[in-house]
Amino acid sequence: MQATNILILILGLGAFAFFLGRGRSLALAKPLGGIRKLHSLPSYYGLHAALWCALPSLVLLFLWIMFDDPLINSIVIESVAADIAPTDTASYNLLINKIANLADGILPRKGESAALIAAADHMSSLRVISRWALTALLLTISLLGLLWGWSRISASFRARPVVEKVMQNILLACACLAIFTTLGIVLSVMFESIQFFRSVPIFDFVFGLEWSPQTAIREDQVGSSGSFGAVPLFVGTLLVSAVAMFVAVPVGLMSAIYLAEYASKSVRTYAKPALEILAGIPTVVYGFFAALTVAPFLRDLGASFGLSVSSESALAAGGVMGVMIIPFISSLADDVITAVPQSMRDGSLAMGATQSETVRRVIIPAALPGIVGGVMLAISRAIGETMIVVMAAGMAAKLTANPLESVTTVTVQIVTLLTGDQEFDSPKTLAAFALGLMLFTVTLLLNIFALHIVKKYREQYD
Amino acid sequence: MTKKPMTDSSNHLDKIKKSLSRRNRAEKRFRWYGRMAVFVGLAAVMVLFTDIISKGHGAFRITYVELQVTYDQDMIGVENLTDPAQLALGDWEALSKAALRNEFGDVSGRRDKRKLYGLISSGAGYDLKDRLLANPLLLGETENVWILADDDIDTYYKSWLDGEPYAARMSAKQIQWIDELHAQGKIRLQFNSNLFTRGDSREPEQAGIRGAVMGSLLVLILTLMLSFPIGVSAAIYLEEFAPRNRWTDFIEVNINNLAAVPSIIFGLLGLAIFINFFHVPRSVPIVGGLVLTLMTLPTIIITSRAAIKSVPPSIREAAMGMGASKSQVVLHHVLPLSLPGMLTGAIIGMAQALGESAPLLMIGMVAFIVDIPAGFSDPATVLPVQIFLWADSPERAFIEKTSAAIMVLLSFLIVMNTVAVWLRKRLERRW
Repeated sequence: MQATNILILILGLGAFAFFLGRGRSLALAKPLGGIRKLHSLPSYYGLHAALWCALPSLVLLFLWIMFDDPLINSIVIESVAADIAPTDTASYNLLINKIANLADGILPRKGESAALIAAADHMSSLRVISRWALTALLLTISLLGLLWGWSRISASFRARPVVEKVMQNILLACACLAIFTTLGIVLSVMFESIQFFRSVPIFDFVFGLEWSPQTAIREDQVGSSGSFGAVPLFVGTLLVSAVAMFVAVPVGLMSAIYLAEYASKSVRTYAKPALEILAGIPTVVYGFFAALTVAPFLRDLGASFGLSVSSESALAAGGVMGVMIIPFISSLADDVITAVPQSMRDGSLAMGATQSETVRRVIIPAALPGIVGGVMLAISRAIGETMIVVMAAGMAAKLTANPLESVTTVTVQIVTLLTGDQEFDSPKTLAAFALGLMLFTVTLLLNIFALHIVKKYREQYD
Repeated sequence: MTKKPMTDSSNHLDKIKKSLSRRNRAEKRFRWYGRMAVFVGLAAVMVLFTDIISKGHGAFRITYVELQVTYDQDMIGVENLTDPAQLALGDWEALSKAALRNEFGDVSGRRDKRKLYGLISSGAGYDLKDRLLANPLLLGETENVWILADDDIDTYYKSWLDGEPYAARMSAKQIQWIDELHAQGKIRLQFNSNLFTRGDSREPEQAGIRGAVMGSLLVLILTLMLSFPIGVSAAIYLEEFAPRNRWTDFIEVNINNLAAVPSIIFGLLGLAIFINFFHVPRSVPIVGGLVLTLMTLPTIIITSRAAIKSVPPSIREAAMGMGASKSQVVLHHVLPLSLPGMLTGAIIGMAQALGESAPLLMIGMVAFIVDIPAGFSDPATVLPVQIFLWADSPERAFIEKTSAAIMVLLSFLIVMNTVAVWLRKRLERRW
């Protein structure tokens, strides 16, 4: 039986249990003089029975689906004939895939060795057994649960607190998913990075000046020793982010000031959402725009001034990224500027300061922590931005501070190292996770710090 | 009062008066900076949209050539149209080739012939096959058919119509042939239905976004089904039930930080956990949906919490006063009242997920997939990734296609955001 069918079956049983439980409570209530005599409303008795019926089975189903494939695989591999038994992870994966494909009928059986066919048959029979065992087990558990929930129903049974407690715990589990996600990120990135640092010393990675992640496929290959010095990537990332900030901070900040302090209400109502459009455009669109419109334009412009601008210049990628970040900065700055109390403006204006002097000498200093926090969040976005740089920045790791040249960034390298089929335990692939660890750590620190500043600032004027 | 301060203050007054024009100039300048900044932002929006539209509008029409096709049984090598084995082996391209030779009788020599066959799409034979299968009576007959032109011809013909021909990939012979066809009215632009009905292809004229749109739809359905209930549950817990303690603070900090984690990190998570640990197959909507669920959850939780917060406490107190339990208050009153706000948040989260591509590159949704996915476990790609793939393709005709795909993606996003704004205006109550 398919997992989805089993799921539907369990849910159907749960619904059945609900009506059964409700019916029983109603029947119990009748001779006592109506549902007023029950502790809880009839639907709570129904829900109680339904939870007992469906919840344990659902948990079991979930666990079973997660673990049955690896289990079946290991059983099949153990029983496989010695002559095709795998020797390492790579051949293990290859063999498992082959057997699974044979079992699914994706690969033709003609011409395969008898041992493989036997293994495939073994696998399909195990799968059938697993599915039927699961179905039988789940049905038993569901029915037992139903019976238990049903038998507990009585006029004095406190069904509502029980049901509410369970519901609340389900809600708590959903809230905890955020923690599990963070944990999952940290663990997955850490685990692979540690493996990576076993083959490449961490010092060489963080302070190395040369990045060429080509590892040798053959022993005698020339020029593919692979060097994993990440400094050029960090410099490239910083360069692109700096260009982006150079565009985004003045434009975003000034437009926020103008819209908050000067613009009439009608201008504000139209200009603000129009600027926000920039935030809703997918990054892949910016990437396309940067690579096909801005970069050639800058190259031709540079050529007309006699400058040689690379067609994958950091300027194009960073500039377009800056445009993307404008609304981010302007809306954050707008929030903090409007949060500055009106009395401070009035005080400054009453002393004879012009409006711009009020903005520069009073509002901006007062709003500075919030603005700094916003800019830091924007920097963290710029560092982690992927598609624009993948499409518009280069691949070659160059150690330069010239925005007209082509540079590569951390995110570009993660994408290039991980797209396509690679074996998973080569240093080349693991390097991507080490870069991911760096990226995660830096953005996390920036975010925590920025959120802290913004929160402090909000409390100041609340 | 002595005299001295008086002169001092008049001195000051002079100074202030003198500086006034300078200060007013500075004020004016500052205002202009502000206007410039807003203008730069709005100009960026305009430039972006006009650039995309001017590049992409051409892709909605494509060049067709009218040829006289004879469905000659011997030439195809198929006798029985119901036999799949024969159909698979049939030489369908022979049909279109013969039609071309028939049109331009004077072509000889290998080179010229290849140029001639290059006029029409390399998949044209299969289109003719579909046509024949739809109407088996045509076998042995002759008819005039509009056949899809090759992408280079398409690019040239469109640019030629616009008055600035782009002939870099055209031979003189081909240009002459097109002139002849044009003079006879046998070449024209038609609505490009392939763009909306086909999957990806290496041939620009054959490529469509149907597969990517379906992939996006499947991924979004899964993302919505998972992230909306989970996100709303988490928000309800945090706003209504959570005790104020360190654990709750920790959850909150986690959610806020996850909202700002670069999306590519979620791709790494998906690769390491879902694909390498749980062995979910690569490139399928299931794994894409899971990754995007984790990515959009913080957004949905944060907006849902804001929606719950906006329900005034008096509602809760009134319900409690009537004897409702905490859960009943939440389920019967707070949740229905905050649902519009939550839905708005969900739509915004979905719009974010629809435009996201970086994490999907990590989990193999960047593969070249021709077939249109029909289920959650079929290999698929999504619209933004399709845009990325096409933008990387060297053929000039793909620039147009990419822009057209971007226009489709942007219109989806505009519709979603408009619905969100409308929903907020329409359903959200001000207390």
